[in-house]
Amino acid sequence: MDLLQYDFMVRALAGALIIGIAAPALGIYLVQRRLSLIGDGIGHVALTGVGVGLLLQQAPVVTAVITAAAGAIGVELVRERGRTSGDLALALLFYGGIAGGVVLVGLSPDATSASLVQYLFGSLTTTSASDLLVIAVLGVAVLLAMLLLRPALFAVCNDEEYARVSGLPVRTLNLLLAVTTAVTVTIAMRTVGLLLISALMVVPVAAAQQITRGFRATMAAAMTIGVVAAAAGVLVSAEVDTAPGATIVLLALGVFVALAAGGAVWRRRRAVPPEPVAGEPAEVVLHG
Amino acid sequence: MSSVVRVDQAVVAYEGRAVLHHVSLDLPAGEMAAVLGANGSGKSTLIRAVLGLVPLTRGTVELFGVPQHRFRDWSRIGYVPQRLGAGSGVPATVGEVVASGRLARRGLFGLPRPVDRAAVRTALADVGLADRIGDPVTTLSGGQQQRTLIARALAGEPDLLILDEPTAGVDAASQDAFAATLGRFQARGGTVLLVAHELGPLGPLIDRAVVVHEGRVVHDGAVPVPAGHHADPGHDHVHPHAQPDRPGICVAPTDRVTN
Repeated sequence: MDLLQYDFMVRALAGALIIGIAAPALGIYLVQRRLSLIGDGIGHVALTGVGVGLLLQQAPVVTAVITAAAGAIGVELVRERGRTSGDLALALLFYGGIAGGVVLVGLSPDATSASLVQYLFGSLTTTSASDLLVIAVLGVAVLLAMLLLRPALFAVCNDEEYARVSGLPVRTLNLLLAVTTAVTVTIAMRTVGLLLISALMVVPVAAAQQITRGFRATMAAAMTIGVVAAAAGVLVSAEVDTAPGATIVLLALGVFVALAAGGAVWRRRRAVPPEPVAGEPAEVVLHG
Repeated sequence: MSSVVRVDQAVVAYEGRAVLHHVSLDLPAGEMAAVLGANGSGKSTLIRAVLGLVPLTRGTVELFGVPQHRFRDWSRIGYVPQRLGAGSGVPATVGEVVASGRLARRGLFGLPRPVDRAAVRTALADVGLADRIGDPVTTLSGGQQQRTLIARALAGEPDLLILDEPTAGVDAASQDAFAATLGRFQARGGTVLLVAHELGPLGPLIDRAVVVHEGRVVHDGAVPVPAGHHADPGHDHVHPHAQPDRPGICVAPTDRVTN
């Protein structure tokens, strides 16, 4: 492909592919726990970290990871207590995060409105080689943790008390999920932006579960949808000159709509034959 | 006989208000005991305290002779909660839910071994759901979901089963399957502690009843003789179970007949 003769396009595509596969692998646990919007909130908090980084003239990714992780751990501690006031506490944290970010970015020495937009909605083609290295290392770490710990994380998200009685380190696993959420949000801010990252965690999962019957199949399908949407989004956005992050999210939503419609028809047909079908249909078909 | 669960003078309080007052209980190995009581009597709190899910304000709990805060051998305990967990935003198959029961044995990392898969299949066969292993749990009836939860506990091959209201709102067929499963478990040397509002078909299996009323043990011994209209000879004890099976926590989009 012509586009790939440009290094910046190759880096953009590589970054998007890593996020495209890692974000749904984490997102499935958030959806299972009915915390679909948590990534959005953590994204708000990460913006304050970006502001701190720009103000101190440090790498914004590092300060954003630290701030987002602190925010995510705070959210987890509130959730663990199960207080009804938790909802309000989250709102305070999230709006504090985004307001703080906007103010701090504005105060930073070389602030332009472009720098804010870059973090809010992504700026994939400006991904540098060192950015890509950070995305690759952290993305692979998130992915491995989510895959290797799948049975334990599934148990914790499915039934926390049962997991505790199974002797699992429930609190550690919850904090791990919180920190990996923060890491994923931060590395994805280049690709899709802080305001859209939650979509990449949640939409592929929502799309996958239209046609899957089990957790493992949903996870595999969601990762496939995520990676296909990310690749297609980068290439399409370059061709038609649209924002890559938003294009990726729209493509993933397109897969969701197609699978929801197709799944309904499929289930109606399947309601008659008694034998369960083992395989899942190919997720990619609907893309062509 | 050695004691599997020993509760000594346990006090549990929620926000300063005691819900269990100096409760003691000693459950020897191989016994099947039922904790009975009305809603709000503290019977569920008692087993939650035994499992360490609610903290003790005073008193002690020992599991297999080890103080609960030092107890680590969780694979010896199979817990059956009242309902499938709330986290069901993503589909999961019956087999996947039951496989969680192996975690206490196989640890955090690693792929399921053949022995884990075999234990899942054996447990599902025991509760009569072997043919549903690949079905989403949301397509099962409430009684079948409850049997899935007992299969999850059995899959860990525990020595002690702790069940919270296993038969509440469960259809008659599932109650009978339940009773048979518990009977086989006890015959293998297992110990059972269950909480119930009413025993139903489990009644004949129960060796001992502990009646909790307003946070205190008011009876500990033989299953009490039913009083009032329950004692009526014509009373066949079917009323709570004759209701149609209630759906599970999620309404099944596609309830299919397999076989």
